[in-house]
Amino acid sequence: MDTQNIKQISDVVVRFSGDSGDGMQLVGTLFSDAAAVEGNGISTFPDFPSEIRAPQGTVAGVSGFQVHLGAAKMTTPGDGCDTLVAMNPAALKANYKALKPDSTIILDADTLTEKEFRKAGFSTDDPIAELGLTEYNIISPAITSLTREALSDLGLDIKSATKCKNMFALGLCFYLYNKPLEHTFDYIERKFAKKNPAIAQANVRALKAGYNFGANTHAFANTYNIKAAVLEPGTYRMINGNQATAWGFIAASQKSGHPLFCGSYPITPATVILEELAKRRDLGVVTVQAEDEIAGICTSIGAAFAGSFAVTTTSGPGLSLKSEAMGLAVMTELPLVVVDVQRGGPSTGLPTKTEQSDLLQALFGRNGEAPMVVIAASTPSDCFHYAFWAGKIALERMTPVILLTDGFIANGSEPWHIPQMSDYPVIKPPVVKNIEGDYFCYDRDPEAYARTWAIPGTPDLEHRIGGLEKDRRKGSVSHDPHNHHTMTELRAEKVARVADMIPRQGVVGAPEGDLLVVGWGGTRGHLQGAVDRMRAEGKRVSHCHFNWIDPLPRGVEEIFSKFRQIVVCELNMGQFAGYLRMNFPQFDYKQYNKVQGLPFTVDELVSHFNTLI
Amino acid sequence: MAHNCIYSAADFKSDQQVKWCPGCGDHAVLSSMTAALAKISSEDCVPREKFTVVSGIGCSSRFPYYVKSYGFHGIHGRAAAIATGVKVANPDLNVWVATGDGDSLAIGGNHFIHAVRRNVDLTMMLFNNEIYGLTKGQYSPTTKLGKITKTSPFGTIEKPFKPGELAIGAGGTFFARSIDAEVALTTELLVSAARHRGMAVVEALVNCVIFNDKTHNNFAGDKAIRAENTILLKHGEPMIFGANRDKGLVFDGEQLRVVKIGESRGDGSQSIVTEQDILIHDAHTTNPMVHFLLAGMSWPDYPVALGIIRQVEAPSYDSEVHRQVAEQMAGTKIADIDDLLNSGATWTVAKS
Repeated sequence: MDTQNIKQISDVVVRFSGDSGDGMQLVGTLFSDAAAVEGNGISTFPDFPSEIRAPQGTVAGVSGFQVHLGAAKMTTPGDGCDTLVAMNPAALKANYKALKPDSTIILDADTLTEKEFRKAGFSTDDPIAELGLTEYNIISPAITSLTREALSDLGLDIKSATKCKNMFALGLCFYLYNKPLEHTFDYIERKFAKKNPAIAQANVRALKAGYNFGANTHAFANTYNIKAAVLEPGTYRMINGNQATAWGFIAASQKSGHPLFCGSYPITPATVILEELAKRRDLGVVTVQAEDEIAGICTSIGAAFAGSFAVTTTSGPGLSLKSEAMGLAVMTELPLVVVDVQRGGPSTGLPTKTEQSDLLQALFGRNGEAPMVVIAASTPSDCFHYAFWAGKIALERMTPVILLTDGFIANGSEPWHIPQMSDYPVIKPPVVKNIEGDYFCYDRDPEAYARTWAIPGTPDLEHRIGGLEKDRRKGSVSHDPHNHHTMTELRAEKVARVADMIPRQGVVGAPEGDLLVVGWGGTRGHLQGAVDRMRAEGKRVSHCHFNWIDPLPRGVEEIFSKFRQIVVCELNMGQFAGYLRMNFPQFDYKQYNKVQGLPFTVDELVSHFNTLI
Repeated sequence: MAHNCIYSAADFKSDQQVKWCPGCGDHAVLSSMTAALAKISSEDCVPREKFTVVSGIGCSSRFPYYVKSYGFHGIHGRAAAIATGVKVANPDLNVWVATGDGDSLAIGGNHFIHAVRRNVDLTMMLFNNEIYGLTKGQYSPTTKLGKITKTSPFGTIEKPFKPGELAIGAGGTFFARSIDAEVALTTELLVSAARHRGMAVVEALVNCVIFNDKTHNNFAGDKAIRAENTILLKHGEPMIFGANRDKGLVFDGEQLRVVKIGESRGDGSQSIVTEQDILIHDAHTTNPMVHFLLAGMSWPDYPVALGIIRQVEAPSYDSEVHRQVAEQMAGTKIADIDDLLNSGATWTVAKS
């Protein structure tokens, strides 16, 4: 390390951006991982277009990855960024609005050409002036040519050498934030060393070249250091929401002794769950990549009938396609978890962007009276916890469960204190193996109302179920009017009684005050960030965040009644607010809604909340 | 209960009242199926609890309620998908699918071709009555061109599917055809289908007495008509048919032709057809060309093919899934979820 000034800072937001093929998601992840291993709190926000390789150099093709690292646990990936890495003018144009005052822009000088300006839609040849960025701290090394030069003696073709420019940019950022390169060397070694040693060597070389460029040219007036966060002792890893969801299901499978089956169809942004599960044949996980969304859920329903812990994964459009089959799972009272990783809708909408607009579909989007348990995870790592609990509820209560996550927490990642499975509860589904006398498959537990589960292959318990209404006792087909009414009530009551196994609703902050900020699912970090900031300013604001949607937990009215105002904040037009009005009509709910395919920012939340108190 | 593996057809009849119309062809297939189940369970020692019958929606899809085994009555079109899940999750089960021409060739066409393509070890009874019965008489994807139904008051303008062409075109490994009235033949075909490791499709040509009565009668009306207008294919035997066993099929390299033994070939040559000229049925060849032509033969130009048209060996999807599971489990360092959570890049925060 040279003698340059090192400034201590509490947190920083870095955004990597470039063409979709530039490897920005990779370097963002590697930067986050290295900082996490060094002990920083981390929250990430990958933000990319739905096209795989949109035309190079255009704003439409820009892929971004934002990471917030700090000396404490980071609850959000940050509103604006302190450092923007822009691999071309289009990346600058796509991201400049996210720049904080005084922030640093690292821009590849090799791309400052007339051709690139035109592709990015600049009308002049001075993008900095055109965007009004002259006051910012702009560093523009010739990243492409410096990378090629650093690799010139490796005998790579020019395309392969150029591809390593992302590593050069990463090295430069490691220098800027005083992070060691070793973690990334390890990654490169694991990823490429066996398959392609030449590429491994080139990536290492480019990474070092970027770092050394920073050191040797005194590119920055200062470099920065962010201390490690004070975290509970234990083993940690980085995890994203989709991976955590997949692993939570494997955990539930293991705790229940029922093999995990996932029938699913690829759909953004849920696909990674299927991919993660497909890797785990070694843990006995069976995945079927079905021919369509309907087959995804139907194979899973078949597997549930046959005794597996069955899940299916999708996003909004897929949830629509699965509606009829969800009703079948309701009717047959089989354990099934349906994951909906919400994205911008309606229709194809904004496939790679986040939203919370499937809530009412999850609650009510089926024909007939078809109640399902609905749960929402709220951070990348707690997807594990809620996936596990979705499994526990489905299996023990013999009911389909919808687990809602969203594109933001599914793709975002954070450090996770790895739990020990011995700390998790056992899962005991009501499996029957033998029975005195005749077997009636719709006989219920008197408390939980769960029916019993006789798995095909069990002698003497042969029975038949299906989508037709069943006699409440014998399980045979019944068209009796009163039986149908009773069965409808029983199915609803079974879901309602899940409230017995979930925790009471909690509130963060004082139990009374001027404003209660209410949210659900993946907005937890931003809402908490806003409330924390206002409380630090002495405002009487608290945060009440919901993960258990249907049934709602106990204790909600008690919390709501202690605040002068309630504001329900959602990334939709007010679906949860409407649901609360339906359940607790005695309160007045204000709303704060955003439907831009983007998460909230803490700034916008705080400024809105300040208008309410 | 200890299994002595001795079952009769009656052991597979459930206590549910069968509610198909009197005269419906499904009754006969139910008899064939319970007889087939009794035969398989007894001869192969498969206890009753290992059988699972899955269906979709339609008249034939009420089947599971009438069979005393595990049963699942699904939703319209999805029987093949549900059954795929059952079989892959629990490959020990002997899984049957009861479905119809509307269920599997219209709303469930996608699941049908993909279950066939994957070669999931299922035994599918495809009831083809060329009509929607349960919704009371609308045309189906197998209804004859021009047929007047409630939704085609001026005659259909859609060329029908032939289920066998679809199954063979999708890479199917087993396709057979029977007629409801041929109870013994249906039983025999269902037994062979169930023993086939992979997806076995048995098309049962059934009569809908209410909405499409006698639709198959031109070739299936009675024993005498069937003798002249159908051909029962047997692997390794010449393709001869007719009450007097005097007609046969020859293959001219491009298409099948009907010839009469002892008469001119009808191909312009002077040669007389002998039994040696008649094509020998090879159900086991992987080449699907002749199978495709056989499955496509229709009255009046050809006899309608019955029996096993195609039966070839290929790994089943479910066995391949579990082969991979076994291989991966044997070769992994990750034995449980704790191992998984701690795999890859982790770091430790020590007590401060």
